[in-house]
Amino acid sequence: MSAHNEHKTMTLTLIVWRQKNANDQGKFDTYVAKGITEHHSFLEMLDVVNEDLIKGGKEPIMFDHDCREGICGMCSQVVNGVPHGGQERTTVCQLHMRKFKDGDTIYIEPWRAKAFPIIRDLVTDRSALDTIIQAGGYSSCHTGGVPDGNAILVSKPDADYAMDAAECIGCGACAAACPNSAAMLFTSAKVAQLAVLPQGKPEASERVKNMLDAHKECGFGNCSNHYECQAACPKGINVKFIAKLNREYLKAQFT
Amino acid sequence: MNFLKSSVGRKVLMAITGQLMVLFVVVHLLGNSTIFIGLINSYAEHLHSLGPFVWLFRLVLLAMVLIHAFFGIQVTLENRAATPQKYAVNRTLKVSLASSSMIWTGLTLVLFIVYHLCHFTARLTSDVASYAGQVPGDVYKMVLGSFQHGLISFVYVAAMCALCLHLYHGIQSFFQTMGWNNDTSLPLISCIGRALAVIFLLGYSSIPVFILTGILS
Repeated sequence: MSAHNEHKTMTLTLIVWRQKNANDQGKFDTYVAKGITEHHSFLEMLDVVNEDLIKGGKEPIMFDHDCREGICGMCSQVVNGVPHGGQERTTVCQLHMRKFKDGDTIYIEPWRAKAFPIIRDLVTDRSALDTIIQAGGYSSCHTGGVPDGNAILVSKPDADYAMDAAECIGCGACAAACPNSAAMLFTSAKVAQLAVLPQGKPEASERVKNMLDAHKECGFGNCSNHYECQAACPKGINVKFIAKLNREYLKAQFT
Repeated sequence: MNFLKSSVGRKVLMAITGQLMVLFVVVHLLGNSTIFIGLINSYAEHLHSLGPFVWLFRLVLLAMVLIHAFFGIQVTLENRAATPQKYAVNRTLKVSLASSSMIWTGLTLVLFIVYHLCHFTARLTSDVASYAGQVPGDVYKMVLGSFQHGLISFVYVAAMCALCLHLYHGIQSFFQTMGWNNDTSLPLISCIGRALAVIFLLGYSSIPVFILTGILS
């Protein structure tokens, strides 16, 4: 590849949701992103735009981010109608500009759900997910000495199942993608992970009931099995965990 | 929280009532199919000879419809309230026409059931008024006469399209809600559910279509 090609840049039109605070009405503003290469990540592209905005004395676009490695669950943008941009198992920080082409128009919106009020621009308050975890997404145990390895046996399939559920990074894309704004995939991942492990079993019944109560009280909607959450989940959390949650909830009625 | 107020509890009730109604849809289709072998009149007489059981069956079915519709409407209103602001761009990866139109296909079916009961059960509409009061009377002739009207046949086929769409999502949804599936069985269950929905559409629609085209006369 010639040196000229390596430095080929893209110019993109961004239509971004701007909102000063929770009470502001908010509106879309249009920006031009210049000098973007295919190596930029989506967030780096926004960094470039923000640098120009700051230099021009304007307010930069606010967005959540932290690790930029796809593991922390902070980044949260709906790109062209899909949370995290629609690339399979990819957070928006790991979405790269090579997925776009010169001249593209990109819509960027915040997570939209009653349970995720907008703080500013693309930043939403996702503490509702913490409220759900606080309602039961843990196992109570005695602290003290480190237990012996393998003192509690966990079969390999169960360990794998729990690990798959524990992959959830709590970004909230499931609720953002859900037409009903239900965070059922998030809730079910924690319920399933703990219900399958010996340490989580004693509290399984209370956990599922309390976490579902918290889910409803936070203002999330009801799951109606669209499975949009699984398609949008950057970690590919499977809807089989929602089936497991339903099973756990039914079991909890009799225990 | 009460089972009847919880998100999953209501979903389970909707799933069970829905699935029982699917069983009725199967039985009703089998019963209707006797028209093709000329046995619908004796089938109707057998049904009516069950006496009080007919009414018990009707009451149970009515309860199913009411429970299913009540929670369906309630849950839909809650879901709308949970999503106060829509996205400007709405590209979905998995949501289907069937899954997103459940409330509308459902309400269409409620209206259709009311019409269907006024039509062939109570016989209040003009095309079947002469059969009113006969229990069960010549069902074969009544159905044949009715479906020779293009508009009536069209309404029936349209309602069966709504049923097909509703069950296209609904049948697999039952297994997910009851927790009776996993990632291996879900695609298979979805496939079977969709196939059944299409079979119901073809099976039920075949009666008005065969009568309109003169194949059944």
